[in-house]
Amino acid sequence: MLSPAILIPAVLNGLLTGAVYALIALGLTLIYGVLHIINFAHGALLTAALFAAYFAQKLFGIDPYVAVFALTPAFFALGYALQRFVIGPASHGDDRNMLLVTLGLAVIVENTLLYAFHADTRTIDVAYGFQTIDVGGAFLALPRVVGFGAAFVVALILWAILTLTATGKAIRAVAKEKLGAELSGIDVAHVYAITFGLGTACLAVAACLLIPTYYVNPHVGNAFVLVAFTIVVLGGMGSVPGALIGGLLIGVVESLCGLYLGESLGQIGIFLIFILVLLARPSGLFGERA
Amino acid sequence: MTRLAAIVLVAAALAAIPLAAPSNAVLNFLVVALMIALAGQGWNVLGGYGGQYSFGHAAFFGTGAYVTAVLQVRYGVNAWIGFALGIAAGALVGRVIGALTFRAGLRGSYFALVTLAFAEVLRIIASVAPITGAGVGTLIKLDLRPEALQFQSRAVFYWAILGLVTLSLLIAWLIEHSRFGAWLVAVRENEDAARALGVDATRLKLNAMTLSAAITAAAGCFYAQYFLFIDAGIAYGPWISVEALLTAIVGGVGTIFGPLVGALMVRILGEAARLVTGDAPGLDLVIYGAVLVLVVAFAPRGLMGLVTDMRAAFARRARRRAAEVTGG
Repeated sequence: MLSPAILIPAVLNGLLTGAVYALIALGLTLIYGVLHIINFAHGALLTAALFAAYFAQKLFGIDPYVAVFALTPAFFALGYALQRFVIGPASHGDDRNMLLVTLGLAVIVENTLLYAFHADTRTIDVAYGFQTIDVGGAFLALPRVVGFGAAFVVALILWAILTLTATGKAIRAVAKEKLGAELSGIDVAHVYAITFGLGTACLAVAACLLIPTYYVNPHVGNAFVLVAFTIVVLGGMGSVPGALIGGLLIGVVESLCGLYLGESLGQIGIFLIFILVLLARPSGLFGERA
Repeated sequence: MTRLAAIVLVAAALAAIPLAAPSNAVLNFLVVALMIALAGQGWNVLGGYGGQYSFGHAAFFGTGAYVTAVLQVRYGVNAWIGFALGIAAGALVGRVIGALTFRAGLRGSYFALVTLAFAEVLRIIASVAPITGAGVGTLIKLDLRPEALQFQSRAVFYWAILGLVTLSLLIAWLIEHSRFGAWLVAVRENEDAARALGVDATRLKLNAMTLSAAITAAAGCFYAQYFLFIDAGIAYGPWISVEALLTAIVGGVGTIFGPLVGALMVRILGEAARLVTGDAPGLDLVIYGAVLVLVVAFAPRGLMGLVTDMRAAFARRARRRAAEVTGG
């Protein structure tokens, strides 16, 4: 057995990673909850957001924590436009077509980035990149602690938008009963696009939180996709608290699997959870039904 | 019967191409296109006729490729037997994934997600497991004898893959003309209604997935024998999942010739892009992605659907003209 001196930092670090996973999964689960499709372009859009945060710092010297306030609205607009003008019209209201279109977009975005920036892995240098804080004997990287806190703030904001605003009410109405919402005068295409925008905006926040301690290359989003899918399935498709708790759980599992089995097999632990959840409870911990 | 005649005609026409002595590059292009068509026909059986859109057919392609290669390299198994076992292993993987997902009642988004996840995990395992050669990949020894399923002439490889593609066309024809196929289409159109009428949808989808996986695995086995090298990124990479579904969708889902027509079109587009822009990484895939979105948007039934529409339009116009003549 490992001593608590090793175990506790591993768990804490897992929680920090998990919070950012949760943020990515939050966007995915929100889109699923309303549009009832899985957005296969999620990973590619995260990569795009990471590149945006990277170039904001490299070219203009804008700190990622400042850039987040510009990139989040920008990615909201991007997500809105993608759903309103590409995914929605192209799929003729058929779920299977929507899946294909998001897959096509993923391929386009990822490979455009590959074509433009090649496969090089890039990182940024920020003054606080290697600062740590001491939590009960565990040294935690400052940017990751910031990310942990910010993930919860974003979740709170999302919750507030969904419960307190008229738009949020419309989103919940469409998620529950699309036809009924349409009959009571809600513009479903608009709500779909808003939801897609919110989900994409989550990625911009996640990217700005990740970039100080992480790297970017055209395929980096894929590393998060499987994890985010697992979280969404574990937490229950469309469930916001499910995504948060699922994210934290998966972060810890990955960290512990990495500790016991080695880095390369850490992802296998995640996958075992994925299969087990699918077999035992496909609706997830907080989902209503599959 | 006309469809059956069309299959024979198309196969015969394609079989005659090597006799015109095309260059190696052309022949190589056609071999790869036919291999993709085969993988696409596998996808079409499940996705086109069964309506279950898989995003992870790489799981079957890769399993076929790896089993063929690893059995030969590590266990000295004859290549022909390795090829057959590769198909069987691919079918088995399809059956297991199908059993896990269909029994759990997963459809639509869930099914696409699960298949994608399985392919990704197999890729991760293949890139670390020693038996697959891990990151280095597996190299099949060059041994140009028919007993080793390797041929001096590309034309023989071409005829071999053409034979497999023709077989897959016949399978699609059989599906269209069987009770199995009718049930499968019923499940695609409305699974709940089909169940209510007594169709055992779970078993049906499971059988379709097994058949689908076997066909795509055959393409993987062929890949291993033709290129004699595979690694995790080739065998289980997302590229083959995308190409398999792309060819079927571009050509026309749920049609016999869809995957073949789609594979040729997609590959020609890819080659044309490469000619125009040089060998830039990623650009051919950008085009594939754009084609996928455009086809879904503007020709949801693919090229075969366009052909049907055009025929119908011509027929309408001919009828109208005939009516005008008799009426006037």
